[in-house]
Amino acid sequence: MVKITGIEFRNPTILASGIMGTTGASLVRMANSGAGAVVTKSIGPEPKTGHPNPSMVKLDCGFLNAMGLPNPSYADFDNEIKIAKEGADVPVIASIFGGNAEEFVRVAEGLTEAKPDAFELNVSCPHAEGYGATIGTDSCMVEAITAAVCDAVDAPVWVKLTPNVTDIRSIGKAAENGGADAVVAINTLRGMAIDINSGYPILGNRFGGLSGPAVRPVAIKCVYDLYETLEIPVIGVGGVSSWEDAVEMIMAGASAVQIGSAVHEGIEVFGNIATGIEQFLQDNGYAGVEDITGLAHEVI
Amino acid sequence: MRPINAKIIQIIEETPSIRTFRFDTSLNDAQPGQFVMVWLRGVDEVPMGCSFKNGITVQKVGDATSRLFELKEGDSVGLRGPFGKGFTLPAKDENILIIAGGVGVAPLGPLADSAASVGAKVTTILGARTASELVFEQRFSEAGDIHLTTDDGSAGTCGFVTTVLADMDVSAYDRICVCGPEIMMFNVLKMLQKKGAHDRAEFSLHRYFKCAIGVCGACCMDHEGLRVCKDGPVLNGSLLLDSEFGNYKRSSSSQRVKV
Ligand SMILES: Cc1cc2nc3c(=O)[nH]c(=O)nc-3n(C[C@H](O)[C@H](O)[C@H](O)COP(=O)(O)OP(=O)(O)OC[C@H]3O[C@@H](n4cnc5c(N)ncnc54)[C@H](O)[C@@H]3O)c2cc1C
Ligand code: FES
Repeated sequence: MVKITGIEFRNPTILASGIMGTTGASLVRMANSGAGAVVTKSIGPEPKTGHPNPSMVKLDCGFLNAMGLPNPSYADFDNEIKIAKEGADVPVIASIFGGNAEEFVRVAEGLTEAKPDAFELNVSCPHAEGYGATIGTDSCMVEAITAAVCDAVDAPVWVKLTPNVTDIRSIGKAAENGGADAVVAINTLRGMAIDINSGYPILGNRFGGLSGPAVRPVAIKCVYDLYETLEIPVIGVGGVSSWEDAVEMIMAGASAVQIGSAVHEGIEVFGNIATGIEQFLQDNGYAGVEDITGLAHEVI
Repeated sequence: MRPINAKIIQIIEETPSIRTFRFDTSLNDAQPGQFVMVWLRGVDEVPMGCSFKNGITVQKVGDATSRLFELKEGDSVGLRGPFGKGFTLPAKDENILIIAGGVGVAPLGPLADSAASVGAKVTTILGARTASELVFEQRFSEAGDIHLTTDDGSAGTCGFVTTVLADMDVSAYDRICVCGPEIMMFNVLKMLQKKGAHDRAEFSLHRYFKCAIGVCGACCMDHEGLRVCKDGPVLNGSLLLDSEFGNYKRSSSSQRVKV
């Protein structure tokens, strides 16, 4: 059992936003496959079809995606959250986005009736014009948006950060100052792949965000830095695909880990990682995840 | 995988709106019912069933397919795949019923070939709106018995594939493999359910694909959250009975729309 921002999780593995989170039914399926909590696809103020395909490609070192925040809007999605809440016996976190504080608040308020256990603010999508990372690199906007949503809702507010900044600590600090209950780090790293047969960028949006094994060392460093700087918990995400990866992320400072791309290898990944972490804690005489959160900072 | 470059070596006009494109590259491990993502550079990338190890059979419906229809022999597209789970592979002496409507023939052509080559007995019900829109008639005939149906009666039985199916004793078939417009497939499912054969039936489904590799969730069906791109596109009839199948699907913005 792990407790973060007042919510109890049966294990520290969380389904990351953008993965299998488009429908209530798929969120329930992920919960049943072992996830300790699930985060929805990012939901915005208006329906969006997203970028043209290809929107996700597997590369040697990870995955490149530019979905373009496709979503049915909060008005259509509250029902999916209700389905997820009814069917899943784990916390359901609503990921939301908007172009400014007012839009974020509109979406959060629009989903409140469905009673998500927390909100995750996506201020970090690297490839949607006017949304995500365009605001997530601006600490004033991050603070203002966080403050506005915290004011508007009672549920805990998590802020998901982009690594595409010079210093992620200042953005994390802005979220904390705005009243965030936790930060989630990291969203994808800006990246691109080009088809050498034609010269065309492969993604329909030309560029996108990198996830998977390649970004894990970047995520570890970001989580490490945020843990040092912030009072609020850090939830680690980026390239975790085994229990060893998860333990590493926790030792860097994460209170829990989110898992995304690794779902590609099989949805059993949550159960497997949770069991592996539990076994590791037992074998090494630790009472819980808290005992190793940030361990890398203590051994210096 | 990155898209592989596939040069078009042959274009066959199957009907006024359906063409087969054969490529210089073969996806040798493609199983009947699996699909490829076909990238029309600068336009879009869309799923297509493998109608041959090195070919797809496409109906022109929108942007990407129109662009494909502008391409000539010697032009190229990008291909990723084969992806997804195909039909159960037929074995010797099995009795297979194939039900194909319109461009739904695409994944069933290779199934018929494979069934015939291992010594399974194949019967096909092939339907289309009108005689000129029947695809792969010769291919299915070569694999076994064939029943034609057309909505206007211009070839075979006047009516739908279900008109023929209604009078059939399906207990003789080890498996019934179906692809076509969703309403057609839904009517087949309901009829097979009445005949107690839905759990021996496999349907090749169509949902909006984004990632096509089982990660994003865009293609998930209610109420089990099955991913059509990874758990499917071929799904057993028993999984479809209490699902959204025949009722609604999700659009590119994941909004529910009626089938
Ligand atoms: C597993 C699978 C196998 C398929 N096999 C064949 C085949 O063998 N032959 C064939 O002609 N068609 C096949 N289709 C349908 C084919 O993908 C669509 O006709 C094609 O995507 C249309 O693209 P468009 O840009 O021309 O049309 P658009 O104008 O973009 O859209 C027309 C319709 O095509 C469908 N469509 C568009 N983009 C996608 C997408 N990314 N994923 C799924 N559907 C989409 C939607 O239903 C849409 O309403 C298959 C679909 C799936 C899911
Ligand atoms: S299209 Fe992404 S999971 Fe099927």
